Amino acid sequence: MLKPLGDSAILIQLGDEIHPTLNARVHALDALLQFIPDIVETVPAYCTVLVHYDPLRSTYNQIKNLIEEKISLLDESTHRPSRRLEIPVLYGGASGVDFESVATTLALSPSELIHLHSEREYTVYMMGFTPGFPYMGILDERLVLPRMSTPRTRVPAGSVAIAGSQTGIYPLDSPGGWHVIGWTPLKLFDPMSENPFLFAPGDIVKFIPMESGSLLPSPTACRWNPK
Amino acid sequence: MLEIIDLTGIATLQDLGRRGWNKFGVPTSGPMDWFAYQAANSLLDNPPNSATIELGLGEITLHVLRNTVISVTGAGYEVENYIWTFPLWTSFYVRAGWTVRVKKTSGGNWAYIAIAGGFDSPIIMNSRSTYLHGGIGSALKAGDVLHSFAPTTDLLKLAARSFPFVGQDLSCPHGVQDKSCGTNPMPYSQTPTLEVIPAPQADWFTPEGIRTFYESEYTLSPSFDRMGYRLNSLPSPSPAKAITKKVTKELISEGMTMGSIQIPADGQPIVMMADAPTTGGYPKVANVTRASLPLLAQCEAGVSRIRFRETTTEAAQENYHVIARSALFATKQSPY
Repeated sequence: MLKPLGDSAILIQLGDEIHPTLNARVHALDALLQFIPDIVETVPAYCTVLVHYDPLRSTYNQIKNLIEEKISLLDESTHRPSRRLEIPVLYGGASGVDFESVATTLALSPSELIHLHSEREYTVYMMGFTPGFPYMGILDERLVLPRMSTPRTRVPAGSVAIAGSQTGIYPLDSPGGWHVIGWTPLKLFDPMSENPFLFAPGDIVKFIPMESGSLLPSPTACRWNPK
Repeated sequence: MLEIIDLTGIATLQDLGRRGWNKFGVPTSGPMDWFAYQAANSLLDNPPNSATIELGLGEITLHVLRNTVISVTGAGYEVENYIWTFPLWTSFYVRAGWTVRVKKTSGGNWAYIAIAGGFDSPIIMNSRSTYLHGGIGSALKAGDVLHSFAPTTDLLKLAARSFPFVGQDLSCPHGVQDKSCGTNPMPYSQTPTLEVIPAPQADWFTPEGIRTFYESEYTLSPSFDRMGYRLNSLPSPSPAKAITKKVTKELISEGMTMGSIQIPADGQPIVMMADAPTTGGYPKVANVTRASLPLLAQCEAGVSRIRFRETTTEAAQENYHVIARSALFATKQSPY
């Protein structure tokens, strides 16, 4: 379950699948690991936590023992309270360039596509790819599509996209191979801000469809909505 | 205070790196060659996290605006000041009005230019390290004026120091552990044997694949950057060989570190470097140790002949202790 990744990190493997219950355990363990001062930082992902440590201060075995102590505290009832964020999304049109082709491929009407994407709550399983990119799931089975065979060289910041059983939002203009179905005016990453990220791993996210042509909500007014 | 007069290649400010944001997808960044970076600051008694200029694959010309002491370390560069040529791994006094040029030669990719006191630049998310792909900081360019903090001691005490043993022998063939390399803690070489620790997916590969990894000679592909070093197995004498997998399932994305060696479908290794993504979805065969990372960072595209050798976490950590200490606390020799 614990394996070295080089001489300054340990990979904790809690399972081997993409599953909400398993991922909840990952985030619960990640929260416990923050109490170990000798850990430099952690990277929770779908079914693993990577622990970075400083080999000039601690040995592999010292960190391994500290981690195992925390794992022993982890049981089925361990929960980490999650934040719940509501994200306004403008679906389709110029800001969702793949919306129509996705609806056609999936044989869904535009309103069905919006409904299926915005109806359920998603979990931020992990963040990666670029600063602030949230990997969220699980999509309704009727929305599952493979990635685009040829990635776009530039996907605009704020693009809401789907691929496989996941959905995500591009925080920066970047290349990307996911199908873009909408856009949010919220800023996901601002390096100059005291809180540079809109999302954190483990957050619960709900998309709120915006009426086309409606006034865009101001980013501060709807930054996040704790409930 | 220095002004950049002319610049080719890629130059950025780097400190030890940006820690604590990996879980949000922000790479650690920091120097490609931590040893040369630490040594450059150590020569000037700078705090160990001071920002330095990292110069990659190019040339920089600096106009000195105020008397100071600078140090230059790394591999594959030389330092010119009109008629003198300064060796790397030394510190030298520069007067206002002088021009200093750091020129690319061969035998490496990256140079580190430190200034007494350290460069003063905005701290973004707890670090002065530049991360270009994430829009954190920007590449240095001609016309930039770089300020510095007050030096920790008298400038004259900081000048004309050197690391006598580093950078002298560029032909140490068997890497860090070679006893014949004497006290040289970082024997930069274009034929290094890099120490690696098997990664969590090492057992995803076939025995032949693992043998290919440890027995092949690799060189750096020309398309490398601060994110990653793609390696190509050398075709001669046998044809290019792929590291084959026995597990066919896809890896579920997980965290990785600088030095992680991913094996994509073509079977040729990609080593994650300073600006690499924080997570990845290709299986990892092994991880380059911290002690060996500087040697890899300075391997040149097409020229280098790289081999891998397995080590244990315990041995790697012991080795790293010794080398890190030598970068920070080496005896600084001064002719004065």
